[in-house]
Amino acid sequence: MSSEMMYQRDVYGKTLVELGKEDESIVVLDADLSGSTRTSFFSREFPERFFNFGVAEQNMIATSSGLASCGKTVFASTFAMFATGRAWDQLRNSVCYSNLNVKLVATHAGITVGPDGATHQALEDIAIMRVIPNMTVIVPCDGPQTKDAIKAAAIIKGPVYVRLGRVKVSTIEGLGKFEIGVANVLKQGKDIAIFACGIMTEQALIASKELAKSQIECSVINMHTIKPLDTDIIDKISMQVNSIVICEEHSVIGGLGCAIEEILAKKGLGIKVARVGVNNRFGQSGNSKDLLKEYNLQAVDIIEAAKKIHNKS
Amino acid sequence: MNEKDLTKKAGQMRRYIIRMLEIAGSGHPGGSLSSTDLLTCLFFNVLRHNPKEPKWPDRDRFHLSKGHCCPILYALLADFEYFPKKELESLRTLGALLQGHPDPKIPGIDVASGSLGQGLSVSMGMALAGKMDKKDYRVYCLLGDGEIQEGNVWEAAMACAHFKCDNLCAILDCNGFQIDGRTEDVMNLEPIADKWKAFGWEVIEIDGHNISEILKAYELAKEIKNKPTIIIAKTIKGKDVSFMENVVDFHGRAPTQEEAVIAMKELSDE
Repeated sequence: MSSEMMYQRDVYGKTLVELGKEDESIVVLDADLSGSTRTSFFSREFPERFFNFGVAEQNMIATSSGLASCGKTVFASTFAMFATGRAWDQLRNSVCYSNLNVKLVATHAGITVGPDGATHQALEDIAIMRVIPNMTVIVPCDGPQTKDAIKAAAIIKGPVYVRLGRVKVSTIEGLGKFEIGVANVLKQGKDIAIFACGIMTEQALIASKELAKSQIECSVINMHTIKPLDTDIIDKISMQVNSIVICEEHSVIGGLGCAIEEILAKKGLGIKVARVGVNNRFGQSGNSKDLLKEYNLQAVDIIEAAKKIHNKS
Repeated sequence: MNEKDLTKKAGQMRRYIIRMLEIAGSGHPGGSLSSTDLLTCLFFNVLRHNPKEPKWPDRDRFHLSKGHCCPILYALLADFEYFPKKELESLRTLGALLQGHPDPKIPGIDVASGSLGQGLSVSMGMALAGKMDKKDYRVYCLLGDGEIQEGNVWEAAMACAHFKCDNLCAILDCNGFQIDGRTEDVMNLEPIADKWKAFGWEVIEIDGHNISEILKAYELAKEIKNKPTIIIAKTIKGKDVSFMENVVDFHGRAPTQEEAVIAMKELSDE
């Protein structure tokens, strides 16, 4: 199911260098975190196309719109909290309203940031990015999907938010082809469908194996693109199962779960939905593993949610 | 254009502003009128641009950071036929080309503005792209004095100097007023020139209604190397309309029909 562990940000850094070699219009920006985000790989290779803005995220994002208006494909990076929170107005008004070619690739998203604690653990970023018109939102689940997502983001016109984590993640086998807005069905089962993005994809696969032992057969869908959401797959899957579990390393308010439930509510199918995510709480310090346990973001939590909802049917 | 013609042209632009705001029934006359001379000189005598090819890669860029003063920008763009003059009559109405704040759908406008404090950064992005591409275009950015209360402006000020953006020229329209009153009462900005100097900028201080001083400042700015330049222009809010001059109410209130008649008379060429 899963094998090699890697940092998504390592993959991001290397992919940027590859892209930089192919495309001279690519420019990379960072706000004093280039070592952590790995944009330093690009800065070493192409110093003339790299700009460090210091600790000034608003300036970085507003500047990215000026660069993009002159034909540059801009990759801007910092931690997810500051990329999306600190510079939201600049993103909305200067970047997205003008529909400019700015790719915001943020690292250190989610609770797995770990010891740095609540101020650095972005749990609301998907919500505040997907609400902006013109914005595409991608949450890759592993290293190879990160590479695919970055390459795809470089090709499409317009703003893109790519959400990456801090910790090493397992490589998911059999993900299949990556296409923005088209989910990957990893497993088919008749009872429950588990939708997941980011690191929760691996947990969903682990949970589905355990659930099979209790004769609960699950579909597992990797929803790497939160916006535009793959509504076709939601339509299709919701006809096949009677309950759905949605998992994300993000607040249960406004993220993947809400995006899917908005579609389900519109259909009025009355399908049962359970949610695994951070329940209207701030994060805190701790190591990533302990935090995933404390915030109920493990396979056991998916299993519990699945069983509960399944037993009701 | 000679100074006499520029003065005449500025008068015409002021009439456009009054007329479009009267029809729209809302908008920002005060700061549009205070920056009219600065921008008329820029568009007619300084800016390298081609209305027939708004996206010409070698064009000089102009970015209106204080987006609420778009009436003066719209007046100039219309006069240069970036779009038909008739568009001025539908300013701020549903479905109109001319939005309440600058929109990149409008020919001649590259990036949206309106949320204050972002434009100097946007302009720096254009300047950095020009340097990377070894182009000789220049970037001009108009800021309002109230606007520089935004923190983003100072992040950009620091960075423009750090990146030695000598192809960037900021223009500060110091009319001394903001929505809630005099800048010195709401949030004191002084010493303005010292602040920019401390941030590593070349500072040129002028009377923002003296055509000769304005033209000289733009030329001088072109000669400054290795650092950005800011033209700090002392202006009068609501300039040339007697009942609007230094009246804070006209920061964001359109003239009524009666007021517009008086204003047009005062601004008349005759």
